[in-house]
Amino acid sequence: MKTIAETEKQRWERETLEPVLKKSPERAQTFTTISGRPIDRLYTAEDLDGIDFTRDVAQPGDYPYTRGIHPTGYRGKLWTMRQFAGFGTPEETNERYKTLLKAGGTGLSVAFDLPTLMGRDPDHELSLGEVGKCGVNVTSLADMETLFDGIALGEITTSMTINSPAAMIFAMYLVVAEKQRANWKTLSGTIQNDILKEFIAQKEYIFPPRPSMRIITDIFGFCSKQVPKWNTISVSGYHIREAGATAAQELAFTLRDGVEYVQWGVDAGLDVDEFVPRISFFFNAHSDFFEEIAKYRAARHIWARVMRDRFKAKSDRSWKLRFHSQTAGVSLTAQQPYNNVVRTALQALSAVLGGTNSLHTNSLDEALALPTAEAATLALRTQQIIAHESGVTNLVDPLGGSYFVEKLTKDLEDDAAAYFDQIDRMGGMVEAIERGFPQREIAESAYRFQQAVERRDKVIVGVNDFVQEDEPPIEILYIDESAADTQLARLERLRKTRDSGAVTRSLDRLRAAARTTDNLMPPILDAVRAYATVGEMCDALREVWGEYEETPVI
Amino acid sequence: MRKLRVVIAKPGLDGHDRGAKVIARALRDAGMEVIYTGLRQTPEMIAAAALQEDADVIGLSILSGAHNYIAPRLMALLKQKGLNDVLVVIGGIIPNVDIPKLKEIGVKGVFLPGTPMQEIVDFINTNARARTEA
Repeated sequence: MKTIAETEKQRWERETLEPVLKKSPERAQTFTTISGRPIDRLYTAEDLDGIDFTRDVAQPGDYPYTRGIHPTGYRGKLWTMRQFAGFGTPEETNERYKTLLKAGGTGLSVAFDLPTLMGRDPDHELSLGEVGKCGVNVTSLADMETLFDGIALGEITTSMTINSPAAMIFAMYLVVAEKQRANWKTLSGTIQNDILKEFIAQKEYIFPPRPSMRIITDIFGFCSKQVPKWNTISVSGYHIREAGATAAQELAFTLRDGVEYVQWGVDAGLDVDEFVPRISFFFNAHSDFFEEIAKYRAARHIWARVMRDRFKAKSDRSWKLRFHSQTAGVSLTAQQPYNNVVRTALQALSAVLGGTNSLHTNSLDEALALPTAEAATLALRTQQIIAHESGVTNLVDPLGGSYFVEKLTKDLEDDAAAYFDQIDRMGGMVEAIERGFPQREIAESAYRFQQAVERRDKVIVGVNDFVQEDEPPIEILYIDESAADTQLARLERLRKTRDSGAVTRSLDRLRAAARTTDNLMPPILDAVRAYATVGEMCDALREVWGEYEETPVI
Repeated sequence: MRKLRVVIAKPGLDGHDRGAKVIARALRDAGMEVIYTGLRQTPEMIAAAALQEDADVIGLSILSGAHNYIAPRLMALLKQKGLNDVLVVIGGIIPNVDIPKLKEIGVKGVFLPGTPMQEIVDFINTNARARTEA
């Protein structure tokens, strides 16, 4: 009988570890990530079995980009510091943008209010109490003109978090650019435009999945010819994670959503290498430091493989996954809010070590309200300190080659592959959503995490441990109803002064186009130019396509 | 003693339903009968659901800042329908300055982020029992 030689790790466990464990046991039986993934005590070269460094990791700028898409990392260009902001009226938000740009922000990111996101005008029954609360209210082109007043759209990049009415809001942006005489061909920025994660997680959908996917492929087609530098979609794991997904679920569902968009584009007759390079991603930067870093590395690797092998993309621009990240809103606590500054800094550092291309850091007061200007500035300063003081930007992928990080990257890839298989077997992501599959998986994870917090298996400082009684309240941004009053009055005035015949005709053309397979961007642009409102344009499409209603499951 | 009947509702345009769903499950696991309305409920729809379901408790999940519009409207409708004895609680992002105003109009419990589920279960058990025993 052949004896199997003891490995170096086994020797260490026997000789060095065991005597210590006998004397002083560890703090817990098992140690897990925030996603519940068990973590070993020690990782060594033995954990790298099955990883071929040249094939799976490679060097930065080389396929499959696990170590990053740029050979120079942040030595060439730092990430874009893009702070998401918007509240109240377009005037108020315009002022906040000017403050952020003056403080050294390098891009804008628009937060819209719920009526805008849901395609409802301020005077709709469901808009009451919501106007200007969670973001800025934009009802018509007139509001967009005010929002970007004095900001040259040809010189900055703008990200707009808009999904169901993305085509309408994007059309407004294009018309403002046109009026500023900026060239569409050089215009750069991003619209989120990711409806699948709305059905999965954030639930800001309007139309049923299939017509919703059609508008998105129309935008892909339109932009590839007319606005070639625009990022037409930001496939988002952020909201999936916030809804309770684990890191592996965020990774898997987001990338599988990406695959779905590419498939729909291909099915609509588009050339992969023409529209895929304009697809970008958006991930959460959550609290489990190494798991997050591994997640970003795994994402780049998977995307490169899938684009090259599954879709036969030939351009390396289609293979390279670019992503924005935002620190985890869900991790912020209302208790001892200053602790949130520390949480955010660690989360931001993980995104940077994972090679994020742009970053939003949350403000300390966001479990209580929208941020004050002071809190938003401190959040931006957090990024600047990481960029300029910590030294982590001196080299590319500093954690590459770490036994633990490489193994964790591989494990996350394997988990994602298993979900890919499952969703492929269902017929794709649209079908999986219609069956409620990702929704149920996420709700399950959310409940499991909450139970772990209740049992104090997971400690949240200031919430279930290290609690402090009688905390002094901090000053918050309070948004009253004045924005609603302003926007209602403005809408009433608009309806009286615009050419209502032109509005009606443009909406008729939009309705007619929705019944065909024509690209919807041209009729939407015409309606925007006639000052049709977001609500009117969405209503025109609601009449043709109906509204989506989910079956609630708990 | 019959089970407590709880309507969990998500009013307004917001779709962030993680909190509503987690609470609904926690209350169900604690032995209550839970009816989850789903998204985008108007105060009228919630009051009608409470009446139809013979609810002892209404739990509203509001994160968008619309509570100052939604809560007074719902409380007035409950009064109209003779449902004054239904326990109304709100969970979500509610600025401190608004809490006394909500209590004044009859909202009995306001639960902010980080509240343990057990605290909410206990609160409901203590404050909603009277109705089932009446």
